[in-house]
Amino acid sequence: MSSADWTGLRSIDELSRLDTFVHRRDPRAMALATLAYVAVVMSYPSGSISALTPLALYPAILIAVGRLPVRPLARRMLLAAPFALAVAAAHPLLNRAPVAEVGPCHISAGWMTALSILLRFVLTVSAVLAAMACVGVDRLAVGLAGLGVAEMVAAQLSLLHRYLLVLGGEATRMARAVAARGGGARLPLRTWAGLAGHLLMRSLDRADRIHWAMASRGFEGRLPRTRRLQFRAADAVFLGVCAAGFAAARAWNLAVALGRLTGAR
Amino acid sequence: MHMADALISPAVGTAFWGVSGGLLGWSTRRLRNEGRPETVPTMGVLGAFVFAAQMINFAIPGTGSSGHLGGGLLLTILLGPWAAFLTIASVLMVQALVFADGGLLALGCNIFNLGFFPAFVAHPWIYRPLAGPDPRAPRAWAAAVAAAVVGLELGALSVCVQTVASGIAELPWRTFLLWMLPIHLPIGVAEGLATAAVVALVASVRPAVVTAGSRSARGAALVGLAAAAALVGGVVSWWASELPDGLEWALARSTGTEEIARPDTAVHRRLGKAQERVALLPDYGFRGSDKAGEEGGAPSSRIGTTVSGLVGGALTLAVAGGLALAIRLAGRRPAASG
Repeated sequence: MSSADWTGLRSIDELSRLDTFVHRRDPRAMALATLAYVAVVMSYPSGSISALTPLALYPAILIAVGRLPVRPLARRMLLAAPFALAVAAAHPLLNRAPVAEVGPCHISAGWMTALSILLRFVLTVSAVLAAMACVGVDRLAVGLAGLGVAEMVAAQLSLLHRYLLVLGGEATRMARAVAARGGGARLPLRTWAGLAGHLLMRSLDRADRIHWAMASRGFEGRLPRTRRLQFRAADAVFLGVCAAGFAAARAWNLAVALGRLTGAR
Repeated sequence: MHMADALISPAVGTAFWGVSGGLLGWSTRRLRNEGRPETVPTMGVLGAFVFAAQMINFAIPGTGSSGHLGGGLLLTILLGPWAAFLTIASVLMVQALVFADGGLLALGCNIFNLGFFPAFVAHPWIYRPLAGPDPRAPRAWAAAVAAAVVGLELGALSVCVQTVASGIAELPWRTFLLWMLPIHLPIGVAEGLATAAVVALVASVRPAVVTAGSRSARGAALVGLAAAAALVGGVVSWWASELPDGLEWALARSTGTEEIARPDTAVHRRLGKAQERVALLPDYGFRGSDKAGEEGGAPSSRIGTTVSGLVGGALTLAVAGGLALAIRLAGRRPAASG
């Protein structure tokens, strides 16, 4: 995580407090729809490209209806891309068997696979980020508990998120102090260990204080449910429309059908 | 080492969700039985600490590059295996959901690769036996490096297995392995040194903190690996009629046969028919689909598919983008007219 990422965490928090149709959806519905979406995208055979394109509608509509800014999303996608990009890039080198011709160019199987991987990456990452910007980590934790996930896991997610906002600020200030003293991007290990060790001990002290504060308010190991979830008709409709759309896109190659309509054979 | 969704098939993703979910459930139950409520805020804060510590890079001695703390082994030393596994899982969840570092379907895989191996294999089997009582002694440093290297290499191996079994990426097994394993060796050494450095510092100031993690979970390693093998094997063979190309390739290479005889049960026949229907659609069916015979299809039909696919694909993306833009503009107009 970088300091830019920490501000990214705060902006996800701010974005999740907007009030649009998708923001008002039950977190369980959003979580299930997004999980189904990712599973559908990844269920296509290797090398699929045109068949995947109709699925771009899901993240596109989430972003549009949710009034989510595209540039930070794209930036985060680029930051997350290196491993997938590297794997994708290996394919044109490894698999040069030509499978199609477009005019004078031969397209190799390796390129198809690479493009397919990249497209899947863009679709899945944009869907998850957009859904998270609509739900937010806290509401997701409550939703997960509502779906049957262990309370302790949901509580841990919520607490982690909360303290990330706090400790992220401290670490940013620490990194800035190091840079101001000429520390640069690569500290000697000993110096780093000193900083990290002190941050760790401050964290543990903080954890102690938090525990005593919670215990004095009756905490016995389980976080109380402060938010009640309501699964409304609109949530059912949202889930139903998503499921139908994903199924249609999976069953038929809608892109080729559209292409055929224009007369291309 | 975080796996993106783009490389994981639903079968492999689901299988590892099952394994990681089971391990999480087991960890939560062990933690509840321990009945130490002060662990709850500590897990939250230490998870945030790992995130924060990753913001500051250190120079890897001997090389010219920099690295940052992974944190799995450190958390296990400080918290014990069960709490550490839960904390690592929560860190990976936030990384995947908020920072797109790792996918959603791949979350189970990532929790297994980056949580199971440090907490239930590297720590109990390597660190604890080798480290000795004093975290500042040289043997504790060596133990940390060894444990970190083993944990990371096992994780890298697991990434290879998951990628090849998914078949989305058509990488040759051996090439991928020969690429992943050496890269993670210096990373493992750096992780071990960083972990040992922090533990040594904390031990000199607050020794009680380090002994708190003296619980170990040796048995969990075997149970976890057995469960993983059983679930992955079961789920993958259930989807056998949609056998991913990579697995076919790997199996063909290792067994020397071109094709695995498909079990002829009702389930497989039904799944096979469903796949046939899907494969009849005009899309690129390279290797491994039921229509293996159509591999060398007439070039003219290929071109036809290509052009309509290209045109249709481009049109679809344009429609999606246009629709999104239209919704955005429609939403803005009431505000503009004030």
